[in-house]
Amino acid sequence: MKKITDFAKVWFHLKALMIKEFLAVLRDPKSRITLIAPPLIQLVIFSHAATLEVTNISIGIYDQDQGWYSHELTQRIKGSPYFSHVYQFKSSEEVKKNIDNQNVIASLNFQSDFSRLIASKKTAPAQIILDGRKSNASQIVLGYLGSIIEQFNNEILQHQGVSVPDPISLEYRSFFNPNIEYIYFTVPSLVAILSMVLALTVTAMSVSRERENGTFDQLLVSPLQPWQILIGKMTPAMVISLFESTLITVASLLLFDVPFKGSIILLYFSMIIFLFSMVGVGLFISSLCHTQQQSILGSFVFMTPTMLLSGYATPIENMPGWLQPFTDLISIKYFFIIIRGIFLKDMPVSHVLEYTWPMALIAIFTLTAAGWMFKRRLE
Amino acid sequence: MKYFSFPRFKAFFLKETKQMVRDPSTFLIAFLLPLIMIFIFGYGVSLDAKHVPIGLVLEDTDPTARNLEQAFFGTPYFSVKTGYNRHELEKELTEGKLRGVIVVPINFSQKLLKHTTTTPVQSLVDGSEPNTARFVINYAQGVLSNWNQKEKNESRTHIKNPIRAESRVWFNDELKSRDVLLPGSIAIIMSLIGTLLTALVVAREWERGTMEAMMSTPIRIPEMFFAKLIPYFLLGLASMALCVFISISIFDVPFRGSYFILFLSTSVFLLAALGLGLFISTTTRSQFISSQISIIVGFLPAFMLSGFIFEINSMPWPIQTLTYFLTPRYFVTILQSSFLSGITWDILLPNLCVMLLIGCFFLTVTALKMVKRLD
Repeated sequence: MKKITDFAKVWFHLKALMIKEFLAVLRDPKSRITLIAPPLIQLVIFSHAATLEVTNISIGIYDQDQGWYSHELTQRIKGSPYFSHVYQFKSSEEVKKNIDNQNVIASLNFQSDFSRLIASKKTAPAQIILDGRKSNASQIVLGYLGSIIEQFNNEILQHQGVSVPDPISLEYRSFFNPNIEYIYFTVPSLVAILSMVLALTVTAMSVSRERENGTFDQLLVSPLQPWQILIGKMTPAMVISLFESTLITVASLLLFDVPFKGSIILLYFSMIIFLFSMVGVGLFISSLCHTQQQSILGSFVFMTPTMLLSGYATPIENMPGWLQPFTDLISIKYFFIIIRGIFLKDMPVSHVLEYTWPMALIAIFTLTAAGWMFKRRLE
Repeated sequence: MKYFSFPRFKAFFLKETKQMVRDPSTFLIAFLLPLIMIFIFGYGVSLDAKHVPIGLVLEDTDPTARNLEQAFFGTPYFSVKTGYNRHELEKELTEGKLRGVIVVPINFSQKLLKHTTTTPVQSLVDGSEPNTARFVINYAQGVLSNWNQKEKNESRTHIKNPIRAESRVWFNDELKSRDVLLPGSIAIIMSLIGTLLTALVVAREWERGTMEAMMSTPIRIPEMFFAKLIPYFLLGLASMALCVFISISIFDVPFRGSYFILFLSTSVFLLAALGLGLFISTTTRSQFISSQISIIVGFLPAFMLSGFIFEINSMPWPIQTLTYFLTPRYFVTILQSSFLSGITWDILLPNLCVMLLIGCFFLTVTALKMVKRLD
């Protein structure tokens, strides 16, 4: 009998704390709006912006040749879907000026004997100047120009009657995303990123706000045990984050033409573990801080390197070997693999589990650490 | 009473400076985070792919096929795992352990001997990572083209290509992405210090009730305004100096511009960022909402919409239009030019002017909004 009343008492205390925590976040209409509207707006904007694809390219052509071949090559560049602006330059000063001020990312120079050299079956150079301040885009532009030139070469050779077919050619097939569309990658990734940002910001301030206002000491002298405070702080944060993540997931499926091949249950299972780990990190940061400012800045010091090392902007295998083990500590790295896997690949249970347990470890570790920090404040 | 009294300003300025200096989180964000970011960009994160793991299925093991295998081994862009069973490697591809699988089909060598047709080699890629998928296709194409060229040269009459592309890269001959990313990351750090830090400052005073205490003092709005602004401005400049110093001295990023212009444009950018931060915090009066909004309008745009990693020209036009209202876009352009190409007035002047305009707008609006009133 005593056990039951104990349980009822604990539940009674916990319930009071949870209601208070919900109110702390949701009472203010402004803060309710900042929790719902911005993630959706960001989903729409960033899904279109955060792509490494290079299109809409502006390029200049300095044609000293004005012959048939240079005109034909210019026409082919104009016809390519990647190049939207093709400018004609009249002098090398003009080339320099337009690259310097970033009007064009590249300039193609045909020297005066360009067509003559080709007609006499010699090799004519096509000089391409690229803007190294945009190192990634430059490389891609060079690739586009290279393949236009290669195709033109083959046609010229055929026309001259000396062409032999290439011994081998490459055909490609892309699994899970036949047209290799970037949106298939960015949308599931953004669901993970926005969920992380929300879970962190909701929890990062929850302890430090009380410390700043002096109400945390009141909480500590209440009959609540440290682990009860932890659960009381954790549960509302989990409910709010899970609601947010659901909202973002549903919006991403409604707004974008992205497939969802896997199982909803597996997605939720891994999402809950992921959110636990993020809530854990948030509460841990919060338990270390005395003011809200400290905790929000602390969560940035956590979030920025996490994003950079998560494999979102650049693949992890591009990083140096000594740095790669550090990425094992980042829970969003695993969730990226799972969420893309579930959206696009119908990832099987065994793989989901393989990537879920490291997140569970991170969650257990950070939550325990946060609870321990509460307790330490008691003594 | 004087509209601006220097002693009052000084007292208030000292209070703000002390508050800033005594809080360890200030140093976390102004000095530790920049160090972490610069080291990650400097040592770790790079857009230049190397050793991408791919599988090579040899359904044909004749010397010609082996020869092609060697060509794939020879490139630093791939780290190749050879297999003989297509399904095994395909499975590793779907599991994400390999980024691509090249299939050399059965009878490859026999078909090649015929010399009349082109033999297809299949490349399977994992489309769930589009960037890597395209990389694999492009570089596999490159390996095959070279191989074709060599084969043609060896076995038949030598045919010259009519056109040869010769590329030269200005400002960054090795196309090192580090030299571009490091200057760009400075813009992110500056917008964190400028916007996020100041967004919390005034909101904190309202939340703690110290704003009311201050209003009962003879302090005037302009004095309070500058006293709040200047300490963070100086902090931003100090952090900037650290970033530039480390980028140049440790990571050998070239600096071809002028330090004075760099200082000038940083000041203008900081003013705009501080203005935005103060504007947010005077409007919301809550640290939680301030921080949320400054992440949304300050930090994330600096990361995503500044052209620092993602090309602005490739974005759809409504988003491109949006970037014109965000200062990081201008600052990133100035930084990358200052470091790599030197003084280009055509870039500096328009970008500086627009940042100045945006900065003045936010500072004026905030100054007007900071009325001594308690409503």
